[in-house]
Amino acid sequence: MSNKIAVKVDDLTVAYNYKPVLWDIDLEIPESVLMAIVGPNGAGKSTLIKSILGILKPIAGSVSIYGKSYEKQRSLVAYVPQKGSVDWDFPTTALDVVMMGTYGSLGWIKRPKQKQKKAALEALEKVGMLPFKGRQISQLSGGQQQRIFLARALVQDASIYFMDEPFQGVDATTEIAIINILKELRKAGKTVIVVHHDLQTVPEYFDWVTFLNVKKIATGPVKDIFNDDNLTKTYGINYKVSIQE
Amino acid sequence: MDIQEYFSLVFSDYTLRTITLGTAILGAVTGMLGSFAVLRKQSLLGDAISHAALPGIAISFLITGAKDSNTLLLGALVSGLIGTFWIRGIISKTHLKSDTALGLILSLFFGFGMLLLTFIQKQPNANQAGLDKYLFGQAATLIESDVWMMAIVTGICLFVLLLFWKEFKILLFDKDYAKTLGFNTKAIDILITSFIVLAIVLGLQTVGVVLMSAMLLAPAAAARQWTNSLATMVFLAAIFGAFSGVFGTAISASQDNLSTGPVIVLVAAVFVFVSFVFSPSRGLLFKQIRFIKNRRDLQLHKTLSFMYNIAETHDDISHPHEIKILNNFHGFTKGTLKKLVDKNYVILEGSTWSLTNDGFKTALNLYNQLTKKDE
Repeated sequence: MSNKIAVKVDDLTVAYNYKPVLWDIDLEIPESVLMAIVGPNGAGKSTLIKSILGILKPIAGSVSIYGKSYEKQRSLVAYVPQKGSVDWDFPTTALDVVMMGTYGSLGWIKRPKQKQKKAALEALEKVGMLPFKGRQISQLSGGQQQRIFLARALVQDASIYFMDEPFQGVDATTEIAIINILKELRKAGKTVIVVHHDLQTVPEYFDWVTFLNVKKIATGPVKDIFNDDNLTKTYGINYKVSIQE
Repeated sequence: MDIQEYFSLVFSDYTLRTITLGTAILGAVTGMLGSFAVLRKQSLLGDAISHAALPGIAISFLITGAKDSNTLLLGALVSGLIGTFWIRGIISKTHLKSDTALGLILSLFFGFGMLLLTFIQKQPNANQAGLDKYLFGQAATLIESDVWMMAIVTGICLFVLLLFWKEFKILLFDKDYAKTLGFNTKAIDILITSFIVLAIVLGLQTVGVVLMSAMLLAPAAAARQWTNSLATMVFLAAIFGAFSGVFGTAISASQDNLSTGPVIVLVAAVFVFVSFVFSPSRGLLFKQIRFIKNRRDLQLHKTLSFMYNIAETHDDISHPHEIKILNNFHGFTKGTLKKLVDKNYVILEGSTWSLTNDGFKTALNLYNQLTKKDE
């Protein structure tokens, strides 16, 4: 972890209708951390990511990536949406989906060439999906689909990765494979922000954590703030997670 | 005129050639764009748009008094677009689901259009006859300039499709992700939708308001069954659409009094039916065959492994056993037993069976093999 701030969120407020989903969020995410966003259902975890990425329009507030607006820094950011957000029966192959990660750097109209294909194949290899490159995406298991999404983000070669529940519906093997890749990314100086559900694995996987429940409850190093007090504040009930060590 | 006569005439007869060319081009462009509508799960959008075009035709006639197709279709285009943007507005601004919004706009615009049509028919001047052909279409009214118009629009559509292929694909598959990559998804969205509206409006004269959506959906739905590649799907949909147009025209021209629009739609439906049943990977027929075959194989293997479990308890694996003891085993039939004999896994002698060395070995590795095949 360095002292640089990778993502800075100021006074972010988001509402779908009348009721705010996120209220007045201030958040500073330092560079080169592996951060979990935790909170109950409806706490606005996905909404937070989507607002930072400009998919949702906030009512108020601002977001900066390395000190500049997100629009200017787009190329530094990669996104892994929830697996369930797309139709996996779409007529396309695993390789083709991963190639989509190169579209952003290509810009309008330009077609992907050999260079982009090579990058996509490398990313597939990294997530252990190279043998499945020609497979129609509906014929992949849930874990494999998640790996494809991860590979698509890896191709973007970004500095900051946002991931929406990458461990949802994947088996233990895939979970370990994914977390190892995320840890590698952090080692390489990247910042990884993950919407996460399994509180038990937070201390083992992550070094930074944000507690969220419409408002920001706490954010900081896992070893300092991942405690019963913050869990109780976030989840409303008396939570006891015994942290080993 | 029979079909053969038709095909000999189609190259020489001017009218027939114009109509055939027109319906073929129309089928190709609607098939192409229909693929996008189907993949975006906006199948009903086409139906709503075509119905929404009707008041435009009527109003256009009321204002200009003209009956040439270009003027009327311009009106159709405008009201089709208005309908489309209302639908989008309703979906994004209210809590109504898209099917409600589509149904609402469809019936509202169609009702208004019908009202205007009846009003026009009550008018005293004699010019009004023929507007109702836009309800079910009349390919016979196609003239060369109409076909040129279709060809030009199809050309532009093809050009735009090739130019923005990558953008269309990513929008269809994952809109939010496309947004984060910096693509203006709204612009791509409007581009696709506008072309869909344009294609629908072009077809109104030929196929009509009521059946137009079938031209959009049927070729695309058929094409999806044969391929897992977007490019191939769009290409196949265009081919299916074009052939529906040609065959439909041929059939309707060779049988008197059969109107072209419905026949084209029925031909397209045949493509859909054949595709749904006979496509090798997604078709019902082969799926069912694969399903039954898999079950049989599994039953066979289970019977073999059941025999293995019995034989295992004896020192001599080829020790004969009564067939009777298999009777309670689910999945065992005389057929499976015979198949096992054919494969040399089992020897039958009178009312007893015994495992061969081959059968024993196969049964031993069965579970491993099955799981390996699954990978």
